[in-house]
Amino acid sequence: MISFLKKRLRDQTLSAVDLYTKTLKDLENKSNLNAFVHINQDGARQALECQKQLKNGIQRPLEGIPIAVKDNFCTKGIPTTCASKMLQNFIPMYNATMVERLQAAGAVIVGKTNLDEFAMGSGTVDSIFGPTKNVWRSNSDEWHIAGGSSGGSCTAVASGVCVAALGSDTGGSVRNPASYCGIVGFKPSYGLLSRHGLIPLVNSMDVPGIVAQTVEDVMAVFSVVIGPDLNDSTCLNMNLDTNKFQQDFSIRDCRIGIPEEYNCKGLSKEVKDTWNYIADLIDNSEGMVKKVSLPHTSASIATYSVLNACEVASNMSRYTGILYGYRSTQNYKSFESLITTNRIEALGEVVRSRILSGNFFLLQSNYEKYFLQSLKVRRLISDDFQNIWKSNYDFLVTPTTLTTAPLLSEFKSLDNRTQCATQDYCTQPANMAGCPAITIPVKLSKSKMPISIQIIGQNFDDIRLLQFANWLEKKITFTQIYPYN
Amino acid sequence: MYIKKYITKQIFNRIRPQRNKSTKNIDEHKWKSVVGLEVHAQISSESKLFSSAGCKFEASVNSQVSLFDAAIPGTLPRLNEKCVEAAILTALVLKCNLNKISLFDRKHYFYADMPAGYQITQQFRPIAENGELMFHVIDQNVKKDPYIKTSFIKQIQLEQDSGRTVHDESSQTSLIDLNRAGIGLMELVFEPDLCNGLEASSLIKELLLIFESIKTCSGRMEEGALRVDANVSITNRDELGTRTEIKNLGSVKAVQLAVDYEIFRQKNIIKNGKKIVNETRGWDSVSNKTISMRDKEVLQDYRFMPEPNLLPLNLNAFDINKLQLIIPELPFVIRKNIMKKYDLNIRKTCILMNEPVLLSMFFDIMNHDKSRNPSRVWNILTIDLLTELHKRCIESSQCKIPSNFIGEVVDLLDNNTLNLAYAKKVISVLFDETNKSPSQIVTENNWEQIYEEEKIDHLCKEVMIECPKAVKDYRRGKVQALKFLIGQLAKKTNNKVNIAYASNKFEELLKNE
Repeated sequence: MISFLKKRLRDQTLSAVDLYTKTLKDLENKSNLNAFVHINQDGARQALECQKQLKNGIQRPLEGIPIAVKDNFCTKGIPTTCASKMLQNFIPMYNATMVERLQAAGAVIVGKTNLDEFAMGSGTVDSIFGPTKNVWRSNSDEWHIAGGSSGGSCTAVASGVCVAALGSDTGGSVRNPASYCGIVGFKPSYGLLSRHGLIPLVNSMDVPGIVAQTVEDVMAVFSVVIGPDLNDSTCLNMNLDTNKFQQDFSIRDCRIGIPEEYNCKGLSKEVKDTWNYIADLIDNSEGMVKKVSLPHTSASIATYSVLNACEVASNMSRYTGILYGYRSTQNYKSFESLITTNRIEALGEVVRSRILSGNFFLLQSNYEKYFLQSLKVRRLISDDFQNIWKSNYDFLVTPTTLTTAPLLSEFKSLDNRTQCATQDYCTQPANMAGCPAITIPVKLSKSKMPISIQIIGQNFDDIRLLQFANWLEKKITFTQIYPYN
Repeated sequence: MYIKKYITKQIFNRIRPQRNKSTKNIDEHKWKSVVGLEVHAQISSESKLFSSAGCKFEASVNSQVSLFDAAIPGTLPRLNEKCVEAAILTALVLKCNLNKISLFDRKHYFYADMPAGYQITQQFRPIAENGELMFHVIDQNVKKDPYIKTSFIKQIQLEQDSGRTVHDESSQTSLIDLNRAGIGLMELVFEPDLCNGLEASSLIKELLLIFESIKTCSGRMEEGALRVDANVSITNRDELGTRTEIKNLGSVKAVQLAVDYEIFRQKNIIKNGKKIVNETRGWDSVSNKTISMRDKEVLQDYRFMPEPNLLPLNLNAFDINKLQLIIPELPFVIRKNIMKKYDLNIRKTCILMNEPVLLSMFFDIMNHDKSRNPSRVWNILTIDLLTELHKRCIESSQCKIPSNFIGEVVDLLDNNTLNLAYAKKVISVLFDETNKSPSQIVTENNWEQIYEEEKIDHLCKEVMIECPKAVKDYRRGKVQALKFLIGQLAKKTNNKVNIAYASNKFEELLKNE
């Protein structure tokens, strides 16, 4: 898609301004999906700027390409709310490095997309802006969730408003909605993309992610945002050669693991069949496919709940409403009573309950029992992956989600913790280990909902992972233009 | 280690016979006081510990603040290597073991001037551990012998300073200044091995001298660049008693007074048969008392957690040998050299060392003319000049009198042009008429000393004629009468006479009759 648009922009058969206008119009027409929460007021000017560049024969890698950004990346001059009342009036005075790099590459930021409050969720349902709808089989009475927490970005891409969008992935927040929406969702290795300006959920697992309709488009965005950043000490200089993506990829040289622990309770038959179908497809293409074991997989979600709550409790301490953010109009007696009121009035129940549990786990008397213990289990989970790579496996192929996108009513019948526990089962372990992972759509279920597959690669072997995903995507013919009602 | 300590404690408790608890007349000598210091030293650096904002002291409010310092969402810490180097240098000088790998942690508490809701510190694995600081303890009372004391250092950790809250009473509002928020601090945790205020203040004085020479902290306590917390307890057994913590002592004097007051207060509590409460106290320099800080009474659980946005600090990335080489001569060595070279005792040397400006004047004066008498130079500087500075409420660092002028005063004393009484006057004039040299002042005012033998002989004889009673008294054996005669002579000559000469001359004349 991006290369096609780039060609037309270069040929001047399409102007950057027209492309932007069309994007905005689409966005308006599809506003009932609730994918976008703010429009970039400066977008038209940016598109015009790109148009001038193109007229002068200058075409930066993403010149004039409209891209959407999840509303937890700071954007200078555009509200950045994390879908929380707490930050409803927050307009950052700086750009996240990811946004800065996209703009430097010529991309036009269309707007900001919906998410669960502070990215704590897997449905894009717990948002002050209301839930985002899945484009597939959504009608006014009954509709499916987009998945989350990057549901807004995924719906923006799946509905064809823009070709690519930024999301963030801590436990599956890019891959889960990408899978439900039938698009490609990529979570790079931890440490490859800068988190500077990404409002954190769990710092040690958060990764900026990219969603697009094709692997190639993901790659086009990835290659302009990759690289070390002095503002993020955990963002490393790995000198990955992005040009390698274009080079030949041979499935014959690959050893692929099918981890048996992912065949878990709650895995739907259709998803399982799809998984088998992909394994066979690779096998038939002379790639080596073998069953492997990641024995600590089932502990991942419980461990994640502890670590997530702890970092949330800590990260959310800054939201007091003193320097910025929501300020209650009620009278207050002291500093403590003021911040208590601000926090109670402006933070959602999910956020507050995680803060409470996190503070409990971090109490001096509980620290070893919960926090340190969880770090140990995290190490075991991470070692599971490292052992696989040491045994010369190149990739793991797993389901992305256990089922297709549930209906909002089904989803809402469960509490947030149960929702996340089932939704994140297959995606979360890769975050524990920092491995790169990508989800690509494979087919439609009987009820015409997309089913996807996840590929996990070795840390910092992102380019080869994308090559493999690209190869697989070409092998399967998934309709990439969706019927939109 | 903690468990071991605990077990030992239990055993001690068991074998020690229980004291009669009703005893109210406690024996003062059996109770010893235990003092341990924690020093927060601001690192002298261009920018903050984790951001590029500046650290200027008197910058206008909220002008030294980066997005990170204001805890704007999405910002991340970025370690300032200069601060690490300062901590390494300090740790080397204090003979600490450096941890090749150290870690940063978050310490959580809500405070208006700490916008992130946590402070980044080094709780579990600090940059350096197990050091020591040796210092001289010198009582003002000259009868008490000076001695050398060593305090051991548990750890040195890097951490962020907090901002400041200013309470505006008139409008009943609190205002926050984040200029200080995020400035790098070295927290030096000393073991509780001191026993009184003098030892505590002596430790701080020595530490200030060390910072003065290695320049990793300005040591300006009046600017809050170095703050001291003192943990104080008293005990009559081997284990430590319940301690109180005195927070934020902002001067050497406050350290000494607060610690001594707290020991006194605790002893009184025990005398009255009451128990010491573990609490945080502040120092009120107006009433000269420590006072309970009620808002901090609630036991805080800081919910420590590793800082996930910073990599472990690896000292292999720093050239420690190079830092080792830039360590200048340290106070202990300087002191030893002064004592040897100028034949000054430890008391005099320490007094001089604690006044860095006077010390450098001392060196100037002595280097300019090595034949000068160091004791005389010491006297002029640390007694006469310092007295005049105090009288005029001038910090010695603000003293503008050039050292060659002081040297000249010393020379005028040496060659008998001046006596001490007039030397003091000259020094006073030096402050007011900065363009005049001491010789000029002496000539203009006619302040030359009378020391020629003939003149003195003549003057003494005159006085003896004027005071026949005193002469008679002396000759009858009333020796004090000599003093009266000298006094009369001093009055007669406007104190310009050389008293030592005159005294000899009187004795000679009085015996001759």
